[in-house]
Amino acid sequence: MEQLITLSIMVVKNIVVVLVLMGFVAYTTLLERKLLGRLQVRPGPNRVGPFGLLQPIADGVKSFFKEDIIPDEADKTLYVLAPGISLFTALSLFAVIPFGPTVEFLGRQVKLVVADLDTGLLYLLALATLGEYGVVLGGWSSGNKYGVLGALRAAAQMISYECALGLAVIGTIIIAGSINLSEIVNAQAGLWFIVKYPFGFIFYLVAGLAEINRTPFDMPESESELACGFNIEYSSMKFATFMIAEYAHMFTVAAIVTTLFLGGWMGPGPAYLGPLWFIIKVFVIIFFFIWERGTYPRARYDQIMQFGWKFLLPLTLLNVVVTAALVAMGVL
Amino acid sequence: MLEYVAIFVMFCLAGIIAAAIIGFSHVLGHRTKSKTKLAPYECGMTTTGPTRRRMTIRYYIVAMLFLVFDIEIIFLYPWAVVSRRLGLFGFIEMLIFVFILFIGYIYIWKKGALEWE
Repeated sequence: MEQLITLSIMVVKNIVVVLVLMGFVAYTTLLERKLLGRLQVRPGPNRVGPFGLLQPIADGVKSFFKEDIIPDEADKTLYVLAPGISLFTALSLFAVIPFGPTVEFLGRQVKLVVADLDTGLLYLLALATLGEYGVVLGGWSSGNKYGVLGALRAAAQMISYECALGLAVIGTIIIAGSINLSEIVNAQAGLWFIVKYPFGFIFYLVAGLAEINRTPFDMPESESELACGFNIEYSSMKFATFMIAEYAHMFTVAAIVTTLFLGGWMGPGPAYLGPLWFIIKVFVIIFFFIWERGTYPRARYDQIMQFGWKFLLPLTLLNVVVTAALVAMGVL
Repeated sequence: MLEYVAIFVMFCLAGIIAAAIIGFSHVLGHRTKSKTKLAPYECGMTTTGPTRRRMTIRYYIVAMLFLVFDIEIIFLYPWAVVSRRLGLFGFIEMLIFVFILFIGYIYIWKKGALEWE
């Protein structure tokens, strides 16, 4: 009986997290279009519902009823599988992120995280790498030259910045002494890691932008050169699935930044306000992502690769050494 | 153990959602086939030549470099977790490791593996 209740709490937590995540992802698309509109001095979508609030629903319904094309040249199995892989990894990534402290619910202690893994950070890195398969297989299997080019670029760019991404988080592990995300959040009780480890925050943000393929690193789907890149042949909800996965990944990267550097769910007020603080911080980061998309042009591909290997990688390595030295000397 | 069951449930949920979205659109959308519609989209031009042709060697080099560096970075993780307890000894050990990594990095830079023109 006891085990059954624990198990059902776990399942309910899972379902709530996935549904809330999908809801936030849907409305992040609207937020992006609205904000980009404002940044370009136009109102953005405002016809469907008050302030365009029903736009994501209209988009979803429209996508479902559009024609689902599988091109002749395509590798059919991989072509259908690819958007699924993207969405699957983007959703599962969120499982280890703590969005609140331990709260009391119906007389029991409930941790506000789906799975409090001891290897949380490794899980995140591993699954984020798997997410690349969606993009790469999607571009490769559609049998289109633009798609193949986009997929190749995506693969090379993502693995290049993966190194910097992996190095940037090592400083947080050294300071917190754990790769369990809940413990990393608890280690920030006195001072957030953005203060203790500011360069790590900046490097993670830059490498994270490359990881989720956003401007100025949106090479894989550079509209003006590759006509849409890896998802050129996709239509209907398969195309929308790539979009949902992209925004879910963006949401998760913002959540990881919040957890590692901005103190996670910490904030003034009682414990049950934790999720609220968490969401506010996540949306501050998402606002930054949208803002810089409206500000910067796309960088050239050779510049992106050289920046990643010749600039970001040695600097993040140096950052790790300096942080380790400061910890060894007892400063941090 | 329960944490891993939770991950498993999450995998199932994510898989079901992904499959449902793709499956529903497959069933709901109407469909009319024609030869030109199912041809590769290249902005109206007729396609010439093979699609999956040979590509530049740079992509392979990047993949190889990534393998080397990512493995080295993963080696730093266990050290990072216990670095506080290892103290100065652990720090100097790590410096030697990173120094060797850095020599390799200088080597590939001088060899021109990082150039992209």
